[in-house]
Parts: sequence; structure tokens; C-alpha cells
Amino acid sequence: MSLDKKYSKEIKQILAKYPPEHKRSAVMPLLYLAQREEGYVNKEAMKDIARILDITETDVASIIGFYTLYHDKKAGKYRMQVCTDLPCALRGADEFLDKLCENLGVKVGETTEDGLVTLESVMCLAACDRAPMFQTQGPDGIKYHEYMTVDRTMELVEALKGGKE
Amino acid sequence: MAHVLLRHRDIPDLNKLSVYKKNGGFAAFKNAVTKMKPNEVTDVVKNSGLRGRGGAGFPTGMKWSFIDNKNWPHYVVANADESEPGTFKDREIMESNPFQFLEGLAIASYAVGATVAYVYLRGEFWQVAAFLDEKIAEMEEAGYLGDNLFGKDYSLKIFTHLGAGAYICGEETALLESLEGKRGQPRVRPPFPPAVGLYGKPTIINNVETFTNVPMILANGADWYKSMGTADSAGVKIFSLSGRVRKPGNYELPFGTTFRQLIYENGMGIQEGRPIKAIMPAGASSSMIVVDEKVLDTPMDYASVRTVGADLGSASVIVLDDTVDMDWVINKTIHFFKHESCGKCTTCREGNHWMRNLTERIHHGKGSSEDVTLLLNVAKQMQGKCLCALGEFSTMAVVTSIERFPEDFKKAVKA
Repeated sequence: MSLDKKYSKEIKQILAKYPPEHKRSAVMPLLYLAQREEGYVNKEAMKDIARILDITETDVASIIGFYTLYHDKKAGKYRMQVCTDLPCALRGADEFLDKLCENLGVKVGETTEDGLVTLESVMCLAACDRAPMFQTQGPDGIKYHEYMTVDRTMELVEALKGGKE
Repeated sequence: MAHVLLRHRDIPDLNKLSVYKKNGGFAAFKNAVTKMKPNEVTDVVKNSGLRGRGGAGFPTGMKWSFIDNKNWPHYVVANADESEPGTFKDREIMESNPFQFLEGLAIASYAVGATVAYVYLRGEFWQVAAFLDEKIAEMEEAGYLGDNLFGKDYSLKIFTHLGAGAYICGEETALLESLEGKRGQPRVRPPFPPAVGLYGKPTIINNVETFTNVPMILANGADWYKSMGTADSAGVKIFSLSGRVRKPGNYELPFGTTFRQLIYENGMGIQEGRPIKAIMPAGASSSMIVVDEKVLDTPMDYASVRTVGADLGSASVIVLDDTVDMDWVINKTIHFFKHESCGKCTTCREGNHWMRNLTERIHHGKGSSEDVTLLLNVAKQMQGKCLCALGEFSTMAVVTSIERFPEDFKKAVKA
């Protein structure tokens, strides 16, 4: 089903935020819609967005490529994105990430065997006082997890297996 | 002293509309719309001495007065892209004192004649955006947003817009590009946004914290605001304190508070009681301040911080203790800037690429003293040649680390 059929009501609400002659502004919210189910934007959705907004597929692809929260490839159901920037690193983020790799049995950028979690190292998430921390990007959007320990993270992974965040 | 911005710390449940209203909420907006001319609002803000809290410190009222009244419609945009490593204040405001921020945004919109305002949030603030959407709906319901507000001929709508993970979108013209549905790359300036902004129309862009000051300034007057802080830096500021302190967090303090008070009284000092080696007062974009007793007693205001060799910027104070090596620090900051460079100007795109190669090599003990000289050379060559300030920022920590902590680099290339 095309994107505009599937999410007709939501797309209407999104388009209403911007002047009709500047509907291209809706490309970012539409991309979030497009990757809601599969965690990435597939080719069909890219075409749909281009058609809805009267822009080229190349325009849409360039937006996906530019912004780190859009993906054009399938990954784990949840992307676990650990901040390892300077302030977090001063509070143990690198060591935390190393231990998570050990516990999950993956390297940074890899996905667990069951396809549940892709572990990533990302840039500053504006939670420098609550490190170690990460966000999960999944079907329900983006959620912050702060003051984390390896034990608490593994509990979260178990909960995610059961479909709960 | 009661908080001006982080008022939720004094008033529980301030993020509920009824509580906010009970505590004077929206009286300033109502008073502005019903009793003041738009330019009178701008004058009060101008007289208060309020300066932009996003980092540049530009006088807010003056910015508003630059709006081009020959070209319509006008827009106001709140910059909630908070992405500087070390900055985490706007999120606390939006989560805990959202109405004061939104009221400030509404007042600014009235002052410059905008009937549509956007809040551009970094994509990671997904939950914050959903929360703000609820608060905006409550304001519409209560008659603080919509058509013919307070029975007057003024209408206003506020919309949120989520970015998607790009530090550069904190730069105001890159933010506008992004809001227009394009890659977030800075525009050549001039023209500046108050002349040519969103959709080519006059636009005022301010940081979340800047807007949050505005209702209090209108309610209590410019003189009240100026009575806090210093002559050059009026009012209060939220200092985001992070790094090796015992108690990191946001602290709202008057400008002119010393580093010592922030770090030792608010932040409870350094972990394990270690000495401080350096302070980065403006996040990863900051120059390195070499710390001694005199520095600790320096008042944190725009002018004074400059005298110890850095800019105050957004007041994201990262504290480094004596266990931290500067080659490690700049490898971290350059990793960030290389990743976040938007790629539009050659200087920043290529410069950060090569700086990263060098910092990696030096930090991992594979560099030579020539590499350190070359790194310093590359960083200095970049300065003054980038399209936007963020390119310039990438060089600050590199240059000042090498110049002010040469021993660390001697050790790194010897190791």
C-alpha cells in the first residue's frame, strides 16, 4: 500500500503545518512515517514521498543520506545508540560501550543474532550530565535511557525481547 | 534566589497549564497583545540587555528590531536543536517549564508580527516534541493560541518540527534550510534571516533559553532584569556543567558568578578531589582555559571569560581533571566535528578530515612531532575561511590544546 493511503490522516496533519506552496518542508516528518514499520525507508516509500511533495527521488535520497536518524538499510528492530562524545566519555561512556559489546556479543555497528538490537556509537545526545546513556530508535520512535549500567541495559534488552520498552 | 528560568525547581508541576496560569502565566502575553504596540515589546527586551543564549550572545531586542517590515509574512523560529557536546539546558526547560518558553515564543511572534512560529527540535528530542505538541494543544484550547487572541486582531499558531540528527542545524541558516525540507547546510550571509529567512521571508530565530527569559522580563520590567548579572551580560544564565565534577547538571546563576562557585559549590568539586586541568566553557567548540586560582575566580560573563582565553558561548562548562590527556580530548572533539561537518565548504569538510587523521595518529602513539606541527598548521589555516561558525569552532580546541598544553603532545608522540 502506498504511503499516502496507509497514513492519509497523519499526512494531512503534517502537511497542514506548512504553507501549501512549501510542502517540501514535510519531507522530514514523512520520512519518519516511512521508516516507522521497518526501521528504514524502502524504495517505494521514497517514490511515494517524492510524488506527494512534488520533488525528485534524488531530493528525498539526499535528505536520507544527510541526516543520521534516517536509514536506507534494514538493521535490528531497535538501534541502541550510545553517546561516546567528550562529556559522556569523561563519565565512562567508552568503557560502558565496550562492556555492552561483550555482553551483547557484537561489535559496534553490528546486530545481535536474533535481529533485536543494532549497537551504535553516536554523537552528543544532550544528556551529558546523565552518562552513560543511549537512545533507542525503534518502532515507537526514539527514547532516552540515562544513568545506565550494563546490568540495567541487559534488563532493557530482555524487556525489548518481550516487546516492551 | 528564586529561579527565573528553571522555575519548575521552585514550583512543582509548573508544566501543567493550571499551575503555570496560577503563577502568573500568560499575563505578560495578554498584556502585550492587549496593551502594547509590537515595537514597545521589542523596546522592553532591548532595554533589558538580554542577549542570545544559543552561544553567539547577540542582543535579542536589536535582532528583533532588524525585522524587515516591507516584506511579509514574518516568521519566528525557536532553535531547539541543542547539539553542542556539553549543552543540555533547553531540554530541561522544554520538559519542565514548557509554557514559559512557549509564552516567550508567542510574545516574540507578536513583537515582530509573525502569525506562525516553529519550534525546530533536534530529532533525538522525539519525546520532548510530542510533549510540546500536547502543551501547544492545551494553549489552543485555553485561547492562548489561535485566531483573534484576547479579542484583538492578532492570531498565532505554533508548530513543532523535528530534525533528524545533524549538529549543523543549530546554525540558524542551516536550520532554515532543514525546515524548508532540504539538507541542513548554511547559507551565505548576508542577507541575514531578519531580512531573508524562512521561505525567503523575514524571520527571527532565537534559542529556547532566550525566549524563556522574555515573559519574566515583560512581567517584571527591563530594570529588574538588568539588576541581575553584570553590565555587559545582563540577567541570569543556565550553566550546563559536565565532565569530571561530582554533581553535573544545569545551574541557573546570574552572569558574573565565578567558575569556582559553579564547579565547587554547585558542582560539589572534582571527583576524588583531583585538581582541575582545564575548563571548556563553551562545550566542544571551546578554547581550553588553563586553570589556576585566578581563572577560578574569574566571573562568568561574556567579557570576563574572554580575558582568560575563551568565549562563554552557550555556557556548557566541561571540566577536565589532571588525569585527562589533551591529545585524547581533541581526538574526541575532532571525531565529532568531522562527523558533523555538513560538507558544503571545502575548508571544514577537508580540514576536519585531515585533522582527524592526525589526531588519531597522535593519540594512538603513532604520530611524530611534525604531525603535531602539521595539525596546528591545518587548524590555523582553517580559521577565518569557513562558511559558518561551526567550521571555525572545530579548530578552537585543537589550537589551544597544542599551544597551551604542549607537554601532553610531546608525551603522546614519544609514547
